[in-house]
Amino acid sequence: MARTDVLVPADWAEANLGTPGIVFVEVDEDTAAYDTGHLEGAVKLDWRLDLQDPVRRDFVDRTQFEALLSAKGIANDDTVVLYGGNNNWFAAYAFWYLKLYGHQDVRLIDGGRKKWELDGRPLSAEPVVRPTTTYVAQDQDLSLRAFRDEVVASIGQKNLVDVRSPEEFAGTILGPAHLPQEHAQRGGHVPSAINIPWSRAANDDGTFRSDEELAALYGAAGLDTSRPTIAYCRIGERSSHSWFVLSQLLGQEDVKNYDGSWVEYGSLVGVPVER
Amino acid sequence: MSCAAPDQSGPSLAAPGATVVEGAVLRAGAPVAGAYVRLHDASGEFTAEVVSGPEGTFRFYAAPGRWEVRVLAPGVTGGAPVTAEVGTTRVDVRLD
Repeated sequence: MARTDVLVPADWAEANLGTPGIVFVEVDEDTAAYDTGHLEGAVKLDWRLDLQDPVRRDFVDRTQFEALLSAKGIANDDTVVLYGGNNNWFAAYAFWYLKLYGHQDVRLIDGGRKKWELDGRPLSAEPVVRPTTTYVAQDQDLSLRAFRDEVVASIGQKNLVDVRSPEEFAGTILGPAHLPQEHAQRGGHVPSAINIPWSRAANDDGTFRSDEELAALYGAAGLDTSRPTIAYCRIGERSSHSWFVLSQLLGQEDVKNYDGSWVEYGSLVGVPVER
Repeated sequence: MSCAAPDQSGPSLAAPGATVVEGAVLRAGAPVAGAYVRLHDASGEFTAEVVSGPEGTFRFYAAPGRWEVRVLAPGVTGGAPVTAEVGTTRVDVRLD
């Protein structure tokens, strides 16, 4: 897989706004950002309202996902180009999520909304309505998704990559520093996890570092490329960013995202925790 | 559960014992809304990023210690060091 198959520069995106068969989708942490201005023609996915089950802590099921993409006007053979704020955290999360449900051609805009804004590229506040489709999803590809029991069984066996900040890894703080500190019951990390903050994979403007820099980053941090890998963070969005780097940019085999992440693990009774 | 950054404007609602770093991004004395405000730790490691609010304001929930606030806006960058203590520590970043 080539980097250009999954990651497009902002220039390419701007040149392809309105191209039939390409659907731009904004996914933000701040779900109000889209309404203030978005790429012309882009639709919005709300990572919380659209992608999470409203009752259980889990994703919408296959039928709900099919209804969602159909309503957004996304067809199975469309190229879905994702972008968002916060260095593409939630766009990467949506990338992983679309792959989980089997969408073929998904790409990220390098640098996401931040690079787009810093470049001074145009945004539109016009409402976007696309004709509905009849989207057909696959069953979740669980080779991409790790659950807690697998994480516990992987201690000392697989690469466990904790992509949170060093302060979260050490248990000094419980969540990213822009959020109130009120999440998991305990601070710390999964024993044997290595700490490779997601942010080291990104430049200041939100673009991804080069493949050579990324390979050197994970190599120096002790990632064993002969072993399977599970990435986690707090709720699975920053680890989607690192999952994207490892599986899509670097082509590492058998990389899973543990979306339960520290909010789940740090609240489990009976599991080992390191600080 | 939410991961959305809290509203960056308005009064701070820090819980007792919390360590809050907050301030405003200013250019020629005027607030800069929509700037990317990043919190780095004492070693330079990135910790968090928010977008400044309508009055140029930002807020981080950190831990006591030395930090640096760095700001990116179209065509300009800036930064300011800050030593956070329990409670609210204020730091403004001037882009001129």
